[in-house]
Amino acid sequence: MANKTIAAPASSTLKTQGTALQRFLQATEIDTRLLGMVGALLLIWIGFEISTGGLFLTPRNLWNLTVQASSVSVMATGMVLVIVTRNIDLSVGSILGFVGMIMAITQARILPPLIGFDNPATWVIALTIGILLGAAIGAFQGMIIAFLSVPAFIVTLGGLLIWRAAAFLVISGATVAPMDTKFRIMGGGADGSIGATASWVVGVIACVAIVLSIVNSRKQRKRFGFPLRPKWAEYFLSITGCVGVLGAVWVLNSYYMPVNLAKRYAELNNIAWPEGGLQIPLGIAVPVLMAVGIAIAMSFLTTRTRFGRYVFAIGGNPEAAELAGIKTRWVTVRIFALMGALCAIAAAISTARLNAATNAQGTLDELYTIAAAVIGGTSLAGGVGTIAGAVIGAIVMQSLQSGMVLLRVDTPLQSIVIGIVLVMAVWLDTVYRGRAK
Amino acid sequence: MTQHRTPLVEMKNISISFGGIHAVDNASVDLYPGEVVALLGHNGAGKSTLIKILSGAYKRDNGEILINGEPVQISNPRDAKGYGIETIYQTLAVADNVDAAANLYLGRELRTPWGTLDDVAMEAKAREVMGRLNPNFRRFKEPVKALSGGQRQSVAIARAILFDARILIMDEPTAALGPQETAQVGELIKQLKREGIGIFLISHDIHDVFDLADRVSVMKNGQVVGHARTQDVTKDEVLGMIILGKVPPGAIAGPGAMQTA
Ligand SMILES: Nc1ncnc2c1ncn2[C@@H]1O[C@H](COP(=O)(O)OP(=O)(O)OP(=O)(O)O)[C@@H](O)[C@H]1O
Ligand SMILES: [Mg+2]
Repeated sequence: MANKTIAAPASSTLKTQGTALQRFLQATEIDTRLLGMVGALLLIWIGFEISTGGLFLTPRNLWNLTVQASSVSVMATGMVLVIVTRNIDLSVGSILGFVGMIMAITQARILPPLIGFDNPATWVIALTIGILLGAAIGAFQGMIIAFLSVPAFIVTLGGLLIWRAAAFLVISGATVAPMDTKFRIMGGGADGSIGATASWVVGVIACVAIVLSIVNSRKQRKRFGFPLRPKWAEYFLSITGCVGVLGAVWVLNSYYMPVNLAKRYAELNNIAWPEGGLQIPLGIAVPVLMAVGIAIAMSFLTTRTRFGRYVFAIGGNPEAAELAGIKTRWVTVRIFALMGALCAIAAAISTARLNAATNAQGTLDELYTIAAAVIGGTSLAGGVGTIAGAVIGAIVMQSLQSGMVLLRVDTPLQSIVIGIVLVMAVWLDTVYRGRAK
Repeated sequence: MTQHRTPLVEMKNISISFGGIHAVDNASVDLYPGEVVALLGHNGAGKSTLIKILSGAYKRDNGEILINGEPVQISNPRDAKGYGIETIYQTLAVADNVDAAANLYLGRELRTPWGTLDDVAMEAKAREVMGRLNPNFRRFKEPVKALSGGQRQSVAIARAILFDARILIMDEPTAALGPQETAQVGELIKQLKREGIGIFLISHDIHDVFDLADRVSVMKNGQVVGHARTQDVTKDEVLGMIILGKVPPGAIAGPGAMQTA
């Protein structure tokens, strides 16, 4: 069957050899490592489903999982670039805490006397200030790393202490609450979800985008007479992508508003409370949409732009990148600034979800973020990593945590398990790279 | 024959030291359009360091660089490329984790009207250039890491000739190549020379040098022993310059010449 369908010009690099599986992987150009991670995730899910007696793979748990993973996922996409260039950022959790606190103070203390409570612009102003502040902090740390040649490990270790202390000092350790109502939409929950219809629309748009991008890339390759993927592989990828997206939407739409929220919703909208209760699907949560949007934007940045190309070239061979005329120091500064901005977005999600800012917010998030990137296949040796992998890594981390909570595992034991998983992920990476050589 | 023209490149009294080591000490070399000048010398003589000053990788401590008779400031690789100076480094300097096309265009990527990377156009051009240089090359989709030493070298050479260079620096370009590929690089050098490009060629292969170069400059312990037209000296005399620093009658002595009668 392969002989018939492979469009093979003379210079084809797609050879029909090896086992059926190898041929399949070669034709579809699926990243085997990514596939392995998806497989590991499914194993973890099935394991928890069995050991919790069917509590894990419920729409409710999966919906919560997506919301809880979004903050770390946002930061992990930036951490990929940091680690790819052979750096590390230990300060992300503290930056999240500090920036979250500043955004909270902005909307709860500074803005109300100036523009009144619940002004529609409040959330925009708070978020903008947060992102600018995060980017500035990141850029500052990046400049010390790039221009003063202080190792990133040390600079961001300093940042870890400094920004955490700053989050305490700005308001003498107080907790700031509540958040602006519009700002809270970024946290998910009843008002922070887009509902069933809009979720389906998002799903369908995503499917159209998947198909268009596959068609477009085929057209491009045809234009230059490059070897093409076999037709069946293109169909397979399109269909798998669409089924995956629509399946995810279906699961998220199967989670209904909890009874007390639904009752309030019914009251607000003058709906009579029916006998069997109201089943209102929440749909995709806003923080999840934000995380997905950021993951797509970051993937685009890393694979389709000059900046992304430079990031990987620097990670592969810093000296060669410098000799090729790349301003490697400025690229480093921009990476850390981007990391800081992503911390601010993660801070918005987590303060909005908590409806408060505390000075302990984001504690240990640096470890979860680094773990997500590394579990997702970002190599600490530099030069290798994908955004999609980091997002899967964030979901793996959150799955482990949620699953252990469902199993009522004690907190210290949870930490032990997470620690073991992290070490094993890095060990697997070493094994994988050893074999690839 | 070229003496009354303006040199393409003139490096005058160049010095650089690393810590206490005078890697290059008061060295002067020049290069005319369409000329191949071979830089010779033992290991650690300072050849790579001297040309790295021209390519912008190192900043000189002293001395002057003139391009077409005009003094220029070259403080980074971008400046050098701006003057049409392309370099094949001894260490190859390729980014291992990206593919051949990405390496060819590193720092000068082609972009679509939307500002995104035009990967297909770069791959098409890469296939064309690599086809000319190394027709057996097929592995365009793989990271350069997966290539053999010779294949990586073809990538490094292709990158240097892809952008119309006026001055080409080749630091041991054939070190990892088989006989056939070495011959191909030789042909390439002759062709580029005909196009009027000036080439600095660093090589330890004295036969290659006599085959390709118009002139030789010999370095020893960071200093220039002397230079000569290849037609005015024999291979043994050049070896004497490299090993002993002895300047034969056909050559012009430099500051590093052996101080004997
Ligand atoms: N970055 C550096 N830091 C310190 N010393 C250096 C550096 N680069 C070169 N050197 C020293 O400068 C001297 C000249 O080195 P260079 O690489 O120019 O030699 P070369 O003539 O190219 O030798 P080879 O034929 O082995 O390539 C050597 O003593 C070397 O150790
Ligand atoms: Mg050298």
